[in-house]
Amino acid sequence: MAIESEVLVIGGGLAGITSALAAADAGADTRLVSYKQSTLRNASGLVDVLGYTPSGDGPVVDPFDAIPSLPDAHPYRTVGVDTVRDAMAFFDAHAPRYQGHHTDANALVPTHGGTVKPTARYPASAAAGLASDDRDTLLVGFETLPDFNADHAAAHLESAGVPFDVRGVTVPFPGDLRAGAKVTRYAGLLDANPQVSVDGTERPLRLALATRVADAAADADRVGFPAVLGDDDPAGVRDALADHLGAAVFEVPMGPPSLPGLRLSDHLFGALEAAGVRIETGNPVVDADTTAGGVETVYVEKNGARIPNSADEYVLATGGLVGKGIDSDRDAVYEPIFDCRIAHSDDRYAWFDDDAFGDHAFAQFGVRTDDTLRPRDDDGAAAHANLRAAGAVLGGYNFAAEHSGSGVSIATGYAAGTAAAEAIHDE
Amino acid sequence: MSDSESDSTTTTAENRFEPATPNVGEKFDPVALHDDTDDFDLRPESDSCYKCSTCDTNCPVAEVDDDFPGPKFQGPEQWRLKEQSDDEDHEIDDSITECSNCMRCDSACPSGVSLSQMHNTARGEYVDDQMSKRSLKYWRNRILANYRTSARIASTLPRLANAAMNFGPARWVMEKTLGVTSEREFPAFATETFREWWQARGGAAASKERAQARRRERGEPVDADKKVAYFHGCYANYNTPEVGQAMVRVYEHFGYEIVVPKQGCSGTPMFANGMLDDARRHADITVSSMSDLIEEGYDAIASCTSCSMALRQEYPELFDIDGIETVASNTFEAVEYLRIHEPLRETVQSADIDGELADEFAYHAPCHARSQGLDRQAVELFGDLDGVGIDDVGDSCSGISGTYGWKEEKYETSMEIGDDMFDHMESAEGDTGLTECPTCAMQMEHGTGYEVRHPLELLEAALVD
Repeated sequence: MAIESEVLVIGGGLAGITSALAAADAGADTRLVSYKQSTLRNASGLVDVLGYTPSGDGPVVDPFDAIPSLPDAHPYRTVGVDTVRDAMAFFDAHAPRYQGHHTDANALVPTHGGTVKPTARYPASAAAGLASDDRDTLLVGFETLPDFNADHAAAHLESAGVPFDVRGVTVPFPGDLRAGAKVTRYAGLLDANPQVSVDGTERPLRLALATRVADAAADADRVGFPAVLGDDDPAGVRDALADHLGAAVFEVPMGPPSLPGLRLSDHLFGALEAAGVRIETGNPVVDADTTAGGVETVYVEKNGARIPNSADEYVLATGGLVGKGIDSDRDAVYEPIFDCRIAHSDDRYAWFDDDAFGDHAFAQFGVRTDDTLRPRDDDGAAAHANLRAAGAVLGGYNFAAEHSGSGVSIATGYAAGTAAAEAIHDE
Repeated sequence: MSDSESDSTTTTAENRFEPATPNVGEKFDPVALHDDTDDFDLRPESDSCYKCSTCDTNCPVAEVDDDFPGPKFQGPEQWRLKEQSDDEDHEIDDSITECSNCMRCDSACPSGVSLSQMHNTARGEYVDDQMSKRSLKYWRNRILANYRTSARIASTLPRLANAAMNFGPARWVMEKTLGVTSEREFPAFATETFREWWQARGGAAASKERAQARRRERGEPVDADKKVAYFHGCYANYNTPEVGQAMVRVYEHFGYEIVVPKQGCSGTPMFANGMLDDARRHADITVSSMSDLIEEGYDAIASCTSCSMALRQEYPELFDIDGIETVASNTFEAVEYLRIHEPLRETVQSADIDGELADEFAYHAPCHARSQGLDRQAVELFGDLDGVGIDDVGDSCSGISGTYGWKEEKYETSMEIGDDMFDHMESAEGDTGLTECPTCAMQMEHGTGYEVRHPLELLEAALVD
């Protein structure tokens, strides 16, 4: 016996979530298994499509325009620009708190390091902070939150030539959290808005925070905070601060662990549940039984026990080298579950470039697929009729250099999930 | 690329880092970093941590206690500090006793670090080397951790024990002298333990007969290889034998013959209190009997998710006992096992429930179920069952974490962690709780006044006549 479903998605990141949502929306009985909590919780919460070309040109103004000129092996070329558009519309429908869909052009979002990131979609919380907007800006840091240095970020933005005045100020967070307190502590307190004691007076936390910032914010049209402004009710926190300050309020996306990433993950897992997707997290898929007809069963491992799961169609969305969907040892690069072919040199000293920021071969390691995202075997044919791949497990692109990680996950996840559900209806 | 460059690039400086030249051969001299030791090597765990802090944002204690440094510090950072210091005076930080051993950090870590193994190891070391064996706190913890011993004594005279344990003045004295909170009511001891019931019912021989009769009814071969060894744990034995009875009836319904082997406490409360020697003594008993049975073709089944967690994960991570890996890889949670081996989903879909358990349930997934990937199992399964409704009360921790919430100084923290769950229970449709974990059940009942049932009781009501 095995735990059964029509479509089994392996992986709980953005590609796996999108695959499972697409398959379930198309009517398939879908199960998603993920080794750990979704890695989306570590992501910045920005959703990019293409920020730079593979040759490093950019920022790209219109990512959809640039897609047809990408190399043939790029996953966007595999699914085609129309599917990328459909997939982004699908994301928009499931992520109502996201903005940026009014235009094809990239938005420029300031990050916590003071760089400007080209991105196709951004959370509503970042909307008032766009670098293309010329309103004067104050960035606020907290003494106990070393991951965001407001002066430093402001200076970086200024030297990048942004079209507005930007200054930074660092204040103690009212209520005196300890140094290095978790970002979720800040968010939880701002949600709850408890009375805090400031200079001997008790007042609600949001008001106390606005008061601390008010003098510095007098000349600013908008005020940016590190992305800790609430978890359950971020809009409420922003609105309250904006009211007190008389200025627009936005969040600057941060590194992991990231509130915008947590919020997006929670929201999309809610969408999965609403769509009837069955979800299991906590254990890895380690092995599979395959026949000439395709994949029969995969095995989830729990401390040595192997739990069989079987489905009609499978989506491999286990991530790349960092996400452990692709692994390597001193001899080879491999895909651990199905042993899908990963093209790579026999000489491991050819896997990387001597220059740290050079053109590393490993950045493009991944499975190569046919037009319907089925991984190819050594002869170039689909290795298994009922297995498709999505997201960072795919090769042929460098998401870190291109800023294309989210877009590729959404586009290929959507295409793979939809195709898996169609294959079931065709049977 | 490096191929073409390796010819043209020559080393200009003696010490230049030259990754294109393999660092092997004569100059490569591997050295042992640590003395030979029988301890588990936690170095790979520590090295795998890239300090993303996701574990910290999942820690229910850190969520309410700003002074708690969190799992990243308790695990990899503390381990590195200890290994670094040449003088042996680097001690385990006292805050290790604030960790409730919910093990949520394990399932959060994207890098596969077994944080709980590091915490359990550090806590054991702390209690061994730094905690006074003459302190009241040590003995309080030891008594709480060895619940099985108290329960065994109490259940010889359960009615007297029930009255005495919740006798107000006695509880006041316990709080003042031992630091056991008087806020909670002690769970009632059953007048007949599970094992007494099991013996009176005829034990393994009777179970075999019943299983064979069911196989005949189900059209299965009478000699089918369907046999399991039940790890009931302390709570189902002394406090809630109805859960153990439900396990037996449901498994026999599917044609399984059951044995109830000699067993100790799973060790869960002992790990959480750093009493690793006590836990080891109990593990020896359980591993010895279970591994023999597994060799004979049995699988080990637990109805408490902390028990199955201990046998599966903590045992092989903490102890080196003959057969311990065999036990770990052949232990299953009771409903999980049926999902794998029986058409449970279809069976439940075609069943319905009436009587006392035809109700709306507020289900809480215990943290230790979460770590085994079982947190959505009950909702998925009973969502298909006619006659009941089931609401997931969210992913927060109940806060009691076994003995943690029983400690006078931890009680407030425990209730603050539980607040989210209480709120969600209040707003859920039903007024009856549902969970796999006996101490989560205590907390659910304590916080809301709801009666709390076990998923096996629901399965029994739905499937067994």
